[in-house]
Amino acid sequence: MKRNDGRKVDELRPMEAKTGVVKRADGSAMFKIGDTIAMASVYGPRELHPKFLQNPEKGLLRCNYNMMTFSGSGDRVRPAPSRRSREISLVTQNALLPVLNMEAYPNSVIDVFVELVQTDAGTRCAGICAAAMALADAGIPMTDIVSAVSVGYLKNTLLVDINAVEDCDLHATDIAVACLPRSGEFSLLQIDGDVNQKQLVEALEKAKGACKKIYAVQQKALKEKYKK
Amino acid sequence: MKEHIKKLLDNDLREDGRKLLEYRKNIKVEYGISPKSAEGSAQVTIGDTVVVAGVKFGVGTPFPDTPDEGVMIVGAELIPFSSPDFESGPPSIVAIELSRVVDRAIRESGCLDTKKLCIKKGEVVWTVFVDMYPLNDDGNLFDAMSLAAIAAMKDAKFPDYDKKTGKVNYTKRTKTGLPLKGTPLECTVIKIKDKLLLDPSVEEWKALDARLTVGFLDNGNICAMQKGGEKSLSVKEISKMVEIAGEQVKKLRKVL
Amino acid sequence: MSNLKVKEKDIVVPGEVLANGMDFLPSQGTFRDGDDIVANMIGLTFIDGRVLKVIPLNAKYIPRPGDMVIGKVTEMSFSSWFLDIGCANRAMLSVRETQEFIESGVDLSRYYRFGDYIVAKIIKVTRGNIDLTMKEQGLRRLGVGKLININTSKVPRIIGKQGSMISMIKEKTNCRIVVGKNGLVWLQGEPADERVAAEAITMINEDAHKDGLTERIEEFINKKCKGGKDEKK
Repeated sequence: MKRNDGRKVDELRPMEAKTGVVKRADGSAMFKIGDTIAMASVYGPRELHPKFLQNPEKGLLRCNYNMMTFSGSGDRVRPAPSRRSREISLVTQNALLPVLNMEAYPNSVIDVFVELVQTDAGTRCAGICAAAMALADAGIPMTDIVSAVSVGYLKNTLLVDINAVEDCDLHATDIAVACLPRSGEFSLLQIDGDVNQKQLVEALEKAKGACKKIYAVQQKALKEKYKK
Repeated sequence: MKEHIKKLLDNDLREDGRKLLEYRKNIKVEYGISPKSAEGSAQVTIGDTVVVAGVKFGVGTPFPDTPDEGVMIVGAELIPFSSPDFESGPPSIVAIELSRVVDRAIRESGCLDTKKLCIKKGEVVWTVFVDMYPLNDDGNLFDAMSLAAIAAMKDAKFPDYDKKTGKVNYTKRTKTGLPLKGTPLECTVIKIKDKLLLDPSVEEWKALDARLTVGFLDNGNICAMQKGGEKSLSVKEISKMVEIAGEQVKKLRKVL
Repeated sequence: MSNLKVKEKDIVVPGEVLANGMDFLPSQGTFRDGDDIVANMIGLTFIDGRVLKVIPLNAKYIPRPGDMVIGKVTEMSFSSWFLDIGCANRAMLSVRETQEFIESGVDLSRYYRFGDYIVAKIIKVTRGNIDLTMKEQGLRRLGVGKLININTSKVPRIIGKQGSMISMIKEKTNCRIVVGKNGLVWLQGEPADERVAAEAITMINEDAHKDGLTERIEEFINKKCKGGKDEKK
């Protein structure tokens, strides 16, 4: 099967990654996959305001996913947070938490801001990739770097890294995952569509392989900053 | 440290070694940073300050008092992504002032021919949204955003409009750019004690007593102005600041 | 069988496996996961016999008792000041921990005002509470000077072996310099010298992981200081 952009079924779109892109942040990263460009900045651990949110037992990871108003493929995106962006913020948070030890930061917060500059499907996954890199760039202890990708079924063919055209196809099933490269476990899993159990397991294995390739890009970019 | 900035200024010195009226050297405008999503976009770099602006088109009904004119809306958001000083939540008063000051220069210059944005008089007109974000705030967001907004507008191309369905086809872009007649640009001069400075850093901005943002037309006339800060300015000072800003704007216009 | 996967001074990222097997021991910046020793932060590997360490390339300040830090007064109560020392929790300086005798009920801003920078020492850290003291030599309110933020992981490099680096910078630039463990550096001197010293410190901050640092910094200062004087003539 030929994909609309000429890729093989298990081929990822071209990727680019860079860290240290926001000088004033404690850590930051840009992750580009195809035409989707995500940027993330990290501040903290810092004092948590308002004070009533403070927890003496553990710190808070606070993620905020936002699409810039001009980053959508159609109409202008409204600037206020939508239900969609709030949900993505939440799943981003949960995708990252397994690699962090928040108990080390009582009463504090680690803020992660994800901004989408341009979108062409897979924005939450690109956001998670950028966020994980930004956390590592900030020097925050982590047990792993999180990589994310969306795979899916289009007319029963398993495709890796769904683009916008494929995503818009009515018959497509979209499976967004985040994977911890070392353990191979998943910290994000969202499915829109129709799959059976066998297909799901097959898709997860494929996604795991794709995440390995993404991880290599993330790892290289993190080190690149210190080479020169 | 505010006191340190003031102490240096007594000797006409600045923290980063620049002269009082010296702009940072590496000013850069990149076009089309979001070419697939935005109909126009640009990124402006001044030193370590980076801002982006994007243009989106929409269609809507005109205002009743201007039935044959399209609408332009300029907005800025100070996202906490770009600085530890910015907070989450609805636009702060700082962001609102920033949007309105950038908007004013573009609007009042009359550089955008809003009559050419009319699709059907009294019924359908184009709406042009210009949205700006800092990616890294290292000072002087006013000038950076003024540059970014006009650069993104220059970069913009209309999407296809289907007269039958009344819908915009964003996947098809025309070759027509915005009907722009000029490039209004703003430059900000700040005053700390009795000294005037260009292109302030974040720390200098925090220490300012007064500031004046001046918008200029291509012919050098003034099209917008905003005085900020807690202290007052004399006619002599205002005149001097306008002169300084006017000279700098000529240089800034060259990077577009 | 045990197997080392990295060389000395390799740049590693969180999650990177440094070695397999039980012959190696995890230390700072690493942890054991089953058979593997894994890096948990971005940094440079340091191999000390069987012990594996990762020296962070970037890290937020973690307060520890005995650290000399620079903080900014951000809050006051009737018996203490609260200082921002660049970490998640504010540090407390009680009136009892100052060098002078302060009567109770006195307006504390008569001693230290909001926005003042103070160099103090951490005496106790308990679950987010940080207590400071000023009852030691050299601890004081800092006058008007330049402040720069550096990475806390670079503080040892800026100080150098037995203070060699910082002494060299102080001597050559004629600046007074205080380096807080928390990554704040305060400088005071002639404006031109101050800038050279600041640039040198920023250079160390950015290039600390590269070889030949001391020589490069010395060369830089020599060139700049000379150049500066020539300009004045």
